Amino acid sequence: MTLLDFARGPAMQIAIIIFVVGILWRLVGVWALRQKKDLSEARSRGAWIGGIKGLFAHGWPYKPFVSKVGTQYIVGYVIHLGLFIVLFFGTPHMLFFADIVGFTWWTLPGSVITFIAVITTAALFFALAKRLVNPVQRLISNFDDYATWFVTTLPFVTGLATNANLWPDYEFGLAIHLLSVWLLLIYFPFGKLMHSFWFVVSRYTTGSRFARRGGMA
Amino acid sequence: MSDTTTEMALDLEAKRLSVVDPGTRVDVQGEMGDEERVEKAMTNFAKDFGRVAATYMEACIHCGACAHACPFYEASGNPRHTPIWKIEPFKQAYKREAGPLAFFYKTFNLKKNVTLDELKEWQELLYDTCTMCGRCTLICPMSIDIATLVGMARHGMFHAGLVPHELYTVTEKAKREGSPLGATPQVFEDRIEWMGDEHEVEMHVDEDQADVLVLMSSIEIQKYPESMAATAKILNHMGKTWTFRTDGYEATNFGMLSGNTAWQKEMSMKVISAAEKIGAKLVILPECGHAYQALRWQGANMYGKPLPFKVQHISEFLSDAVDAGALKLKTVNTTVAFHDPCQVSRRGGATSAPRKVLDALGVKLIESKSGGSMNTCCGGGGGVITIHRADTLRYKVMGAKFRQLGETGAEMMVTSCSNCRQNFDDSGEKLNWDKTMNSLLELVADNLVEEAEK
Repeated sequence: MTLLDFARGPAMQIAIIIFVVGILWRLVGVWALRQKKDLSEARSRGAWIGGIKGLFAHGWPYKPFVSKVGTQYIVGYVIHLGLFIVLFFGTPHMLFFADIVGFTWWTLPGSVITFIAVITTAALFFALAKRLVNPVQRLISNFDDYATWFVTTLPFVTGLATNANLWPDYEFGLAIHLLSVWLLLIYFPFGKLMHSFWFVVSRYTTGSRFARRGGMA
Repeated sequence: MSDTTTEMALDLEAKRLSVVDPGTRVDVQGEMGDEERVEKAMTNFAKDFGRVAATYMEACIHCGACAHACPFYEASGNPRHTPIWKIEPFKQAYKREAGPLAFFYKTFNLKKNVTLDELKEWQELLYDTCTMCGRCTLICPMSIDIATLVGMARHGMFHAGLVPHELYTVTEKAKREGSPLGATPQVFEDRIEWMGDEHEVEMHVDEDQADVLVLMSSIEIQKYPESMAATAKILNHMGKTWTFRTDGYEATNFGMLSGNTAWQKEMSMKVISAAEKIGAKLVILPECGHAYQALRWQGANMYGKPLPFKVQHISEFLSDAVDAGALKLKTVNTTVAFHDPCQVSRRGGATSAPRKVLDALGVKLIESKSGGSMNTCCGGGGGVITIHRADTLRYKVMGAKFRQLGETGAEMMVTSCSNCRQNFDDSGEKLNWDKTMNSLLELVADNLVEEAEK
């Protein structure tokens, strides 16, 4: 079995199992915790509408905060959108998924994907630099923050290297790239990558709690 | 370690809630071994690890944005004042003891046990530099309600005997005497009588039956007693059947602020029982922010079932009265900047109420930058104003607030929280502010059109 066979076979299976089971474990672990009912008289009905609004309201900072954290949000969007576009609209990625789902879809030209991947990687390094330099972020950061950065950045770096044929052997490079993605999947349930799910739960929770009061969140 | 002096003399002449000898500090309470203290903190932290708290602690991505919405961080520039960092031991305890991955964290010691030294270090962060104003939630991309988590973390701190000296002292006094500032039932009654005479207004005390029960905060009873006369004047003007009750009058809830849920419940139950006894349909809360949180939003949860009466902040009551045409007001020709009490507006949902009242008074309201529900806290709430070692930073926070209000160019400053007001009075004296903070309630009472004038 070559390294690529391993990456395409058992490594992928193990990674996906850990990814799925881990995510479910973590979500259910929190949802299973008790929560007392709020008995106060609600100011307005339809708190869930506030919850839905909350999902979108925090997608961009409120006006007084734009000058303070606007750049940080933009970097965040570049990373998230970059990741999404490269993952789903890069031709090799689409073909990989097509094998599993059985249908294909439109993709972007390779040069565009490479450009987006470079921009995203640059944004990731910018975010890391800020974490290391900014006194607030440096203080509150822990192992998870750096590990998350590492497992997110690695697939971009290995993917770009594979795309540019920088490896001594293409198949070896491809295997490394795949393994780096599996590493991301394996780490996913254990750290803050879980914010992919928590952002919905947390924003909804606060949005609905404060809509019930008529307050702002 | 020694027992806290509970007989700490209060300085009632000071502009803010204060003690005579602030130099003597005992920031550790009770006789307990170090391990027992940590154990108590952990046990009481754990009681709060419900679904909502867990969601918030799981959701943090350590982006640090919250720092930029915090008046304390903005004033100090100290990264330790980053809101999410203030609950670090609470978060650490959750991840190690209760989260879905607690098994891994504990087995491999990936999250260390919280130590007594850490808890002691965090006392300043949890009490001195957080008013639980909740502005950080607005800026958080995950919308984490850090203020609620701080309130929860204080529970563990209280039971571990790690409450700042003055805050513990006033809390213990409130538990023992029914008021944190020495406003005992007798003092309350005397001051009502005094205000009734002074302002020639009919007072109602200890009526057996009344539609409205009026609460007061001891800050008002002791420092702004005109509030009592103003409330009475307005309720009489509206022809309401109302009363003060000497067995349930104290609106402040230092049990909640310091972190003792049992005491919080006891304090809330006093007023709930008094309201039930007289068959009140409405309980009016005074101009006090945290009192609104304690009774309006947490009262029923303390009671264990929905409250059998309506609860309103005085500004809401006045706003409804304006809507109903029950208040005849003179026009006040001035410009006003309004300081929103965080617990009433952003966290309470009554932001529009004072605006409606000001509109009825005919004043021109000039909103400050980041006003209304996005208001910047004055830095005195959550018990912070009681803590002397927090003074320097509190004055810095207020400096920013003064600048913000000053930029409006308004002639008159108004708020509807007596705790904010005493912070403005104290800081104003310290920083030579050229303005005075006024009470919305008193502004209304002073501009009522009396029968004879109609």
